[in-house]
Amino acid sequence: MKIRLAVASAAMSVALATGASSVAQAGVLDTVKQRGNVVCGVSGKVPGFSVPDAQGVWSGMDVDYCRAIAAAVFNDASKVTFRPVTTTERFTALQTGEIDVLARNTTWSFTRDANLGIEFVGANFYDGQGFMVSKQLGVKSAKELNGASICIQTGTTAEQNIADFFTANKLTFKQVVFESSDEAAKLYDTGRCDVYTTDTSGLAARRTTLSKPADHVILPEVISKEPLGPSVRAGDPQWANIAKWALFAQINAEELGVTQANVDEMRQSKNPDVRRLLGSDEALGNERWGLDRDWAYRIVKLVGNYGEVFERNVGTKTSLGLDRGINQLWTKGGLMYAPPVR
Amino acid sequence: MTNDRSVPEGPPRGATWTAARVRGLAIQGVILATLVGLLAWGIGNAIHNLNKAGIAAGFHFLGNRAGFDINFRLIDYSPAATYGRAFVVGVLNTLTVSVLGIVAATALGFALGIGRLSRNWLVSRTAATVIETVRNLPLLLQLLFWYTAVLAPLPRPRDAISLGGVAFLSNRGLTVPGPVSDGPVWMVWAAMGLGLAAAVAVGLWSRRRRILTGRRFPAGWVGLALIVLPPLAVLTSGAVPLSWDVPVLKGFNFDGGLTLVPELIALWLALTLYSGAFIGETVRAGILSVPKGQVEAAQAMGLTPGAVLRLVVVPQAMRVIIPPMTTQHLTLLKNSSLAVMIGFPDLVAVFSGTTLNQTGQAIETIGMTMAVYLVVSLAISFGMNLYNSKMAIVRR
Repeated sequence: MKIRLAVASAAMSVALATGASSVAQAGVLDTVKQRGNVVCGVSGKVPGFSVPDAQGVWSGMDVDYCRAIAAAVFNDASKVTFRPVTTTERFTALQTGEIDVLARNTTWSFTRDANLGIEFVGANFYDGQGFMVSKQLGVKSAKELNGASICIQTGTTAEQNIADFFTANKLTFKQVVFESSDEAAKLYDTGRCDVYTTDTSGLAARRTTLSKPADHVILPEVISKEPLGPSVRAGDPQWANIAKWALFAQINAEELGVTQANVDEMRQSKNPDVRRLLGSDEALGNERWGLDRDWAYRIVKLVGNYGEVFERNVGTKTSLGLDRGINQLWTKGGLMYAPPVR
Repeated sequence: MTNDRSVPEGPPRGATWTAARVRGLAIQGVILATLVGLLAWGIGNAIHNLNKAGIAAGFHFLGNRAGFDINFRLIDYSPAATYGRAFVVGVLNTLTVSVLGIVAATALGFALGIGRLSRNWLVSRTAATVIETVRNLPLLLQLLFWYTAVLAPLPRPRDAISLGGVAFLSNRGLTVPGPVSDGPVWMVWAAMGLGLAAAVAVGLWSRRRRILTGRRFPAGWVGLALIVLPPLAVLTSGAVPLSWDVPVLKGFNFDGGLTLVPELIALWLALTLYSGAFIGETVRAGILSVPKGQVEAAQAMGLTPGAVLRLVVVPQAMRVIIPPMTTQHLTLLKNSSLAVMIGFPDLVAVFSGTTLNQTGQAIETIGMTMAVYLVVSLAISFGMNLYNSKMAIVRR
């Protein structure tokens, strides 16, 4: 298949690059500045995370994360090229330098950090795998799913998770694995499977696209930890730092009450934490950091803080209608916690 | 060569270096060494670069726990099995659908090809319509069509169509009773193997006798009996107690028995039709290539129409048919990788899909997958070439 050959040939090109260090040598920041845009690998199919609208304008959590990087680097949030990648080809695309950053609702896990030559920089959405079933079945808990057929997309952590969950609970299941999540959900909709499984945020997004959304229910069990986050190629600490702090700046901004609307006046704030974040006084990073002191100001000004991004893309007023839940700030009982800017 | 005169007469001067044979060997040796060297350098470079980029390399992952399930398999497999075993399951699934497809497509192709040449207007037009429609639509579309067409009329398991209360047809597939035995099952297989050997021996003997004496012997029927009867005898003797695991509706699905998943049926249908249409045209071309005089001569000798087709036309047509038909068989094998689109766990879906993603070892998994297709393709090619050389014109 075309996609797989692309994966293979891209992988071969990493492997056969004669200049042994060519992958890691040229700083990504310099390359990005020279090119004039950030190439960001996204899904392109998950509402709320990355999807283009009818006019070709992208929106979503992952999309806004990429825009935050562009805002920090270029003072222009639109200088991003969104490159849709499949679950199978995403890591190879990052390894080979086809994309500068991967923000594709991708689960951060040990083996991915350890074996793929990539580095996760944080989690911009804490998720977990769940199940969606038809209301007709009258199922109230995932533990009642013994013997069920499950539609699932290949190339994700989901396949291992359901095998683990059903084995641990001494239940059996029959999975049907599809190349795309569209196909998996479509076949679930036709009744080929009793259950559709993916991350709970994905279930909410997917339910809106089914023929009769109201006939389906998401079961309460969350069977796995899925910290979804962006990743970059390993070996370039400068670029990894920018990718890391683009996210942390948004979380810190929300915690400090800095919003897109008030960021200009907050610059004059007396709060030293706010002043440090927005670069009101001296620059905290030296030239190795690579950006000037206004980097975080630009992110909040052009993209917004984490809470604003969340509400805009997946919050209760959107079609996904997700609560902040565990994605609430740590000060409000959630998991969103960023190291301080100091 | 015009400068013959520069070639010295008699034994070559100096060393054996100038002898054409030695020189040729030397050149080939150098080329081979260069190739091996380049390959070794490439592999070494690849490993070095993968290490440098922090990407895991090597085949150790094959021994690791796979941790995912496969819903259609011919051998025992569970999420606790290794990636290596998942690979074998994938290979067997690909082979299963390919063999089923090749057999059915060849049969269908002969029917379509002969049908299109029929003097019966209805038969020839029907065959022509099927061939022209199927050949000119993309296989992927046909596959998705058949998948929907197979699934759409099938009910959910709760309303499954019962076939005599033992087999059930639903949108989860055709579930039939499966044989279960805790006795020495190998005895059945051994009996079948012995029967097969005996059948081959009888076939060779009858052929030899026919050539020597001209007398016929029903070797086909005797052979079939030799293959089928011994295993049946073992089963009925009670040495291997056999019971039937009848599927029962339990909760969501049928439990027990054997299930033929709808994905396999849809894939098989699509591949059979698509390749069958192409083989049909090949067969038609082959038959038309046999000169009309051959048929007329055979008829003049008083052969029945069936005998004309079987003894005169088909053997000559096969010489034309086999090479392009081999290509169709190879195409079918490779097309079976479209399975991933409809959720059938073939090699590509299981290994260069799920396994690749879980291990991240793109080069190894894609390499192994390619190697499997290459080996199987070459094997099919080799077999068909053997058959072809047997069918080729024998000059006496």
